[in-house]
Amino acid sequence: MTESALPTTAETERRPRTRFWHDLAFWGLLPSRLLMGFALILPIFIIAAVSVATRGAYGGFTWDFNLAGYTQILFNEGWTGELEFTPQYLLIIIRTFLLAGATTLICLAFAVPVAYFISRQPPGRKAILVYLVTLPFWVSMILRVYAWMIILGKDGTLPNLLEILGFQPGMSFMFNDGATLTAMVYTAMPLMVLPVFASIEKLDGTLIEASHDLYGNRWVTLRRVILPLTAPGITAGAILVFVPALGAVLEPTLMGGGKQMMMGSLIQLQFGGGRNWPFGAAIAMTLMALVMIFLIATALRAARREAMS
Amino acid sequence: MSIRHDVKRYPGLGPLTAFFFLYLYAPLAVIVIYSFNANRVAGVWTGFSLKWYGSALNNAALMNALETSLIIAAIATTVSTLIALSAALAIIRGKNVRFRKLSETVVNLPLLLPEIVLAVATLILFSLIDIQNGMVRLTIAHSAFCTPFAFLPIRARLQGMSLDLEEASADLYADRWTTFRRVTLPLIFPGVFSGAMLAFLISMDDFITSNLLATGGSTTLPVYIYSLIRAGTSPELNAIATLLILASLVLATAALLVAARGTRENAEP
Repeated sequence: MTESALPTTAETERRPRTRFWHDLAFWGLLPSRLLMGFALILPIFIIAAVSVATRGAYGGFTWDFNLAGYTQILFNEGWTGELEFTPQYLLIIIRTFLLAGATTLICLAFAVPVAYFISRQPPGRKAILVYLVTLPFWVSMILRVYAWMIILGKDGTLPNLLEILGFQPGMSFMFNDGATLTAMVYTAMPLMVLPVFASIEKLDGTLIEASHDLYGNRWVTLRRVILPLTAPGITAGAILVFVPALGAVLEPTLMGGGKQMMMGSLIQLQFGGGRNWPFGAAIAMTLMALVMIFLIATALRAARREAMS
Repeated sequence: MSIRHDVKRYPGLGPLTAFFFLYLYAPLAVIVIYSFNANRVAGVWTGFSLKWYGSALNNAALMNALETSLIIAAIATTVSTLIALSAALAIIRGKNVRFRKLSETVVNLPLLLPEIVLAVATLILFSLIDIQNGMVRLTIAHSAFCTPFAFLPIRARLQGMSLDLEEASADLYADRWTTFRRVTLPLIFPGVFSGAMLAFLISMDDFITSNLLATGGSTTLPVYIYSLIRAGTSPELNAIATLLILASLVLATAALLVAARGTRENAEP
């Protein structure tokens, strides 16, 4: 692909110099536009269409306009056709938000002190610690979730330890929101620490000293100096953690069990054999809309902050 | 002195960081320890044994899944790195790029959308245009979502690079292709390498998309591991997991070392 972006000498010498760079812009971007157009943008338009299509009798769908996919999120159609409010799916949406939000906050609560500590180390040790933060991220996500199944599950490490300490044997900590949250925090942690670290590292140490000299205590310094100056890193980390957390599939399926669903696992369920595609598409559109609202709000906030400073 | 001083102003950060690293590594260590357990039931320790490694290495389904994953990752890495390289060159070096910002957003789009949404959307597309072959489905989808991971390091490298050497090459009558091959490519190589490495790992690691798009003959490694987990923890699983953890740690270390060396060379005049 790259070769095609660079015409041969004979051609380029005949053309004016800038012509080449115009061609580069067009031909260089063409492959990415084709791939993303086909494998990303086209599917998004199709799923938007399917979300307002009609559910097929035996799975799949037919192209008849129908808002049932969306109304089903909030209402259940009774025998006589009247709509009855059922909070079942709304609760899944709320749980998704709460778990993703809690994941982001817990990661942040760890990331700020740890990143701060690492940033104040001598260069050699600093590089090693950053490497150690990055490393677990390369281990397959499914294995990082599986590790917590071994720890929290029946006959797991934690129940065994508790049994030795005299608690009742045979405890299991699996199949609840706490288990899902544990795995979500664990898989997301490096994504929060790294951007926060990048921001905190640039922080001018003399500003912290100035705050202390002006009788700011630790808490005031943290709140008024450190956190505002590391806001870009915190925002980046929050996006990197919150957006994938909203779409989490593995953690709720493996750790939460069948009943404690999140939007991601609910969508996946609808696309199994013979399920409700328009409903799944409608949930997917809702999830996408929520992510877009979050990203736009974050971008606007960042722009306002930049305009103010 | 002042550097040491402000750490001291927040006591407890050292122990907290130590605990943090324990938290990061202990779960992985648990898998590794249990992989040597002779007992079928993972949690009940009966003695040290390597037998699960033996049976893992003789597991044909596992080797098939590994092969499928490697083939898909190799193709997806090649395709996405080439596409990312050409897009990065166009965006950073091209003149008068129309919709420069938008073009960049399009390349990075897979990062902005939840993967499950893209996965089901692609599933609908493939069933509408009737692409039934699992390998073809996975290769296309992986190439698409790996592209931004290959793009970002290449873009960063290109943007940080001065044009002096390329201009010198042009002054010495090298044509554009020679300049690209002999000057530009070696200079941005660390970025291309990190990008390709990231794309490869992201493809090898993918579960959500692969699980939805895979068909009988195209079970990838994470999809196979998922089926083992769902079937109830098989004793082999811990041995397989340990081997994979080891492989990722070695690969990641190699990648980070190459990237670090590239940065150092770049910093030197």
